[in-house]
Amino acid sequence: MHMADALVSPSVAMTMYAASAVVAAYSIKKVREENNPRKIPLMGIMGAFVFAAQMLNFTIPGTGSSGHLCGSMLLAALLGPQAAFLTMIGILAIQCLLFADGGLLALGCNIWNMAFYGCFIGGLLIWQPIMQNGASKFKIILASMLGSILTLQLGSFSVVLETTASGITELPFSAFAITMQGIHLAIGAVEGAIIASVLLFIYQARPELLLGNEKANTARFSFAQTMAVLTGATAIAAGGLSLAASENPDGLEWSLEKIAGTSELESSGLWHGAAAKLQELTALLPDYSFQGSDSAWGTVFSGLAGSALVILLCLACCYLFKLFKHNEA
Amino acid sequence: MNKITRALTEINELNTLAQHQSPLHRLHPLAKLLITISYIALLMSFGKYELVALACMGLYPWWGFHVSGLSWKKCVWRLRVLLPLICLVGLANPFFDKHVFTIGGWQLKAGYISFFTLMLKGLWALLASYLLIATTTIEQLCFALRLLHVPKLLVTQFLLTYRYLTLLLKQADTMSQAYALRAPKQKGVHFKVWGSLAGQLLLRSIDRANNLYASMLLRGYQGEYYYGGPVTPWSKRDWQYLLSLGLALLCLRLLPWSTAFSKLLGGKFL
Repeated sequence: MHMADALVSPSVAMTMYAASAVVAAYSIKKVREENNPRKIPLMGIMGAFVFAAQMLNFTIPGTGSSGHLCGSMLLAALLGPQAAFLTMIGILAIQCLLFADGGLLALGCNIWNMAFYGCFIGGLLIWQPIMQNGASKFKIILASMLGSILTLQLGSFSVVLETTASGITELPFSAFAITMQGIHLAIGAVEGAIIASVLLFIYQARPELLLGNEKANTARFSFAQTMAVLTGATAIAAGGLSLAASENPDGLEWSLEKIAGTSELESSGLWHGAAAKLQELTALLPDYSFQGSDSAWGTVFSGLAGSALVILLCLACCYLFKLFKHNEA
Repeated sequence: MNKITRALTEINELNTLAQHQSPLHRLHPLAKLLITISYIALLMSFGKYELVALACMGLYPWWGFHVSGLSWKKCVWRLRVLLPLICLVGLANPFFDKHVFTIGGWQLKAGYISFFTLMLKGLWALLASYLLIATTTIEQLCFALRLLHVPKLLVTQFLLTYRYLTLLLKQADTMSQAYALRAPKQKGVHFKVWGSLAGQLLLRSIDRANNLYASMLLRGYQGEYYYGGPVTPWSKRDWQYLLSLGLALLCLRLLPWSTAFSKLLGGKFL
């Protein structure tokens, strides 16, 4: 996605330089405010790491082709968006000067397309909100995939806009955009998977390195407290608030009533009859109440018993599929 | 040669080239940087059919390569990185641009002209950037950037990344080779070890950063990084280079080359 000098006009190049310079100035201000001299060498080394890691070919299963690491999203997860943005500028400048990957005049465009979206959209608007209350495997996968796909889509769309605004290509805007977005959707998914696997490794090996995971170590509630709060909330909702449930039909029943004139469809046939009889036998609390009674206690009991059964079923599934792992350490 | 080895070779070659001695090497880095940026900006200002005028802009890289004794071949090889996107953008021009040029009785689709213009712009810009980086060390370039008031943090960051690039590329190469030896006939890294392989490299990098910080502190680091080698001071020669070449480039840009060429061949735009 590195843009060459030939693809931009001076006006577009200068506009993108100006936009990138504003973001760079803001980032420098923020990094200075942090006043953490340890971060400077870390940024330098991380820049070199991203560069080195981009040289590794990661085989994409089932395709025979390979992908490589996307730097900005990974850096944003480890250094924070502002420091990551500055690190990415260093990487892109080196790629441009030493390896002719991207032009000198198009550097402003490349910084915007690859560093800004990855660090500020991916890092600030996706990674940080998702990791607000600490990291987990699911959250890391979600943030990495979502961030990579979205930022690559935005970046590739910016390439289309910048090239079209420069008046370089005769390719129709829609055809160009569809080609670029399609290609980068696949690239984004692969890069998201690579980032997720790297960050999951870090999460297991050195979880304190992940940005947003510091809060998890100093969480206000422990796991047991969280479970107690959730159980209490379930009990209140199932046992108390269920009494205030609406008596109006739900969406499906409402639709059936409008179409067929009744919300209860009559079933016929051998299998339907057998299933109905089986349901009558197993339904201990038909219509969420005791059999032959309209008492409110029946609804309360149904809510509580149903919630307890769902929890038991979930726990049984977790044990069955070995989702709980005991720490041996 | 794998990607990492090739990258290491390219970095070493550029380092060696930048240490050579030639009239261009001896110029102040700021003068070279300003001329390169101005040259690329002038290139980009050409219209999409100004192929002849654009071809004349090749005089600057030709002169630069001649004076500095650089090889064209190694530079043109770097085009492989630029070509895919330029081709994707430019290849559609012959199909969508319906205008026709008549040159000396020959009819030529305007789309082909704009495509070749695009390719030539890419080539000239690449040669100019190469000329800069092959005659100027990264430290000198950073010095020039500081003279242009580029923030210290950004320049330091750039320099540190460059310094540790070779080191981490070697580390990645060692890991990659170790993996390849354990997984013969396998193209690339298997997805099951994506995380652990790149993650190990990352953890080693972070540990290295901590060691680096400790050693910087031991050497008296207090937030100020001193860079820039022995840069020759700005001299009369640099003024002469900047003004004469700047003027020459402006002349190349402003002279009506296309009209002259058109008159020569009796061509006209239909």
